Amino acid sequence: MQPEDTVPTARRVRRPKSARAGGQMHGGPIAYIILAVFTIVSLFPLVWTAIAASRDNNRLAENPPPFVFGSNLFHNLDVAWNDANLGKAFVNTTIVAGTSAATIVFLSTIAGFAFAKLRFRGRGALMLIVIGTMMVPPQLSIIPLYMMVAKLEWTDQLQSVILPSLVSAFGVFFMRQYLTQALPDEIIEAARMDGASSWRVVWHVVFPAARPAMAVLGMLTFVQTWNDFLWPFLVLSQTGNPTVQVALAGLGRGYTPDQSLIMAGALLGTLPLLLVFAVFGKQIVGGIMQGAVKG
Amino acid sequence: MATRHDTAAPPAKEGGAAPGRPPAAAADAEQLRRARLSRRWQRDKRWSPYAFVSPFFLLFVAFGLFPLLYTGWASLHQVELTSPTDMTWVGMRNYTRIFGDDFFWNAAKNTLTIGIISTVPQLMMAMGLAHILNYKLRASTFYRVAMLAPYATSIAAASLVFVLLFGRDYGMINWALHFGGIDAVDWQNDKWPSQIAVSTIVIWRWTGYNALIYLAAMQAIPQDLYESAALDGASRWKQFLHVTLPSLRPTILFTVVVSTIGASQVFGEPLLFDANKGASGGAEHQFQTLGLYLYEQGWVNQHLGRASAIAWTMFLILIVVGIVNYVISRRLRASS
Repeated sequence: MQPEDTVPTARRVRRPKSARAGGQMHGGPIAYIILAVFTIVSLFPLVWTAIAASRDNNRLAENPPPFVFGSNLFHNLDVAWNDANLGKAFVNTTIVAGTSAATIVFLSTIAGFAFAKLRFRGRGALMLIVIGTMMVPPQLSIIPLYMMVAKLEWTDQLQSVILPSLVSAFGVFFMRQYLTQALPDEIIEAARMDGASSWRVVWHVVFPAARPAMAVLGMLTFVQTWNDFLWPFLVLSQTGNPTVQVALAGLGRGYTPDQSLIMAGALLGTLPLLLVFAVFGKQIVGGIMQGAVKG
Repeated sequence: MATRHDTAAPPAKEGGAAPGRPPAAAADAEQLRRARLSRRWQRDKRWSPYAFVSPFFLLFVAFGLFPLLYTGWASLHQVELTSPTDMTWVGMRNYTRIFGDDFFWNAAKNTLTIGIISTVPQLMMAMGLAHILNYKLRASTFYRVAMLAPYATSIAAASLVFVLLFGRDYGMINWALHFGGIDAVDWQNDKWPSQIAVSTIVIWRWTGYNALIYLAAMQAIPQDLYESAALDGASRWKQFLHVTLPSLRPTILFTVVVSTIGASQVFGEPLLFDANKGASGGAEHQFQTLGLYLYEQGWVNQHLGRASAIAWTMFLILIVVGIVNYVISRRLRASS
């Protein structure tokens, strides 16, 4: 297969679209009704976050619950931004998610290339180990990590959030799946015959061919790291140096919390990712489907 | 990281002297140079794969494997949060303390029920959705992106919103229920409603994602399987049962494993569902999960050793679940 400049989806299976399972059938009205219900259920809480954020606390506690926008949106956003230290949180989260995504994409691509295209002793066993590591929940390692962070006096510092997030077995697996079919052996052989070193092959052959998958993996990793909760919550303080999620967790406390402020904070914390999804949604959907099919 | 490679030269071709040969002495030098380069090239070819995969493994050992094993070691010690580097050997005492704590068993039960209520309906709905998305539809990309929006919403944001939607007096959900003549449910304080509410947050965030994974697997099923089933007179439902489901078995297993692991780790949703009760998971611990119980022991009561014992117990439970899963899937494969 030729590498393409669009993100390939699982639909690249050599088969006309019209002949898919069920694909020869047009969806009937019932299908559309069910889809409409699920779309509304998926989007409504997000829309309602914005509605709640645009009112004030007293106008939120009423029956029936509000369905229309109030006039307080910008005031609430402003207060939440300052109260929850969100400005700093945004900068922090961008640093963490950006560093994490860039590193994971780079390391996953070279490792995925080695597993997909190079012959070396122990390849199968090492790949099995990679798949095995996907099964170990990172949360079970937090206590020694916390001890390490305490010993190094790294509490409330970003590197203690970034470093543990750089392990991504999924990334290696994903890039291997992609490069197995997107990178013809002949190109590598040709570069080899010209006497290119391995690193030159990676720079000039592998990276260009892997670009679409790298973009998808980068976005998926960014979203995941942006939304990480448990570990940042343990090592960062809500007042000093929070990520967005840690700052949000501090909003819901207190016995008479201002709900519309909390919603304003939740809206601010979610908005950047929703914008990413609005722009690259199609590629992200394609990427998730790509990674799902065992090659 | 790895060794630095300068630009390497092509492998020396044996007897492949270029036309217009240089004088003999120069030729010898040339030969030597080539041989040296060729050796380096061979070395590069042999060792570079290890250079490419080693960063992943180094990071995994440092931040995955070592901490996991060290958790086991720490669970046999008394370690306090106030001085996390002082460890006193106590043998199995952490474990006996935990297994004698009613709240541990309560958390284990809650984790199991929340795990079941959140995983089973979620995967079944995802399967149905994937089946519908597999039809020819107008604006199919739009539905897929819309269903993935919850996945882009963080646990913290989603939990905060659902706390309001599940409000007892002014929540949207009780308001909707009263049209069906159902009295206001106290979602935060009653045992079953609170567990259902926490599970709802999980279901909302992950159903669309799993639907996409099933859809991808469905689109990879060869069409002729359906055609021959249709020729045998199988109805659409029969086709789904006898063609789609068996073909999806590996994918279903994959999603079950991932969801099980995820369900065992549930933490943020119950923590924020009643922010003032925090780690206790409700006034009566009615939705305290193992993840919350671990956090409560380690960071609220400051016993890191005991928290390690909880983590290690969770790990062993997961291994057992994994083995059971594996045995069942092998049985299924053997029987079909």
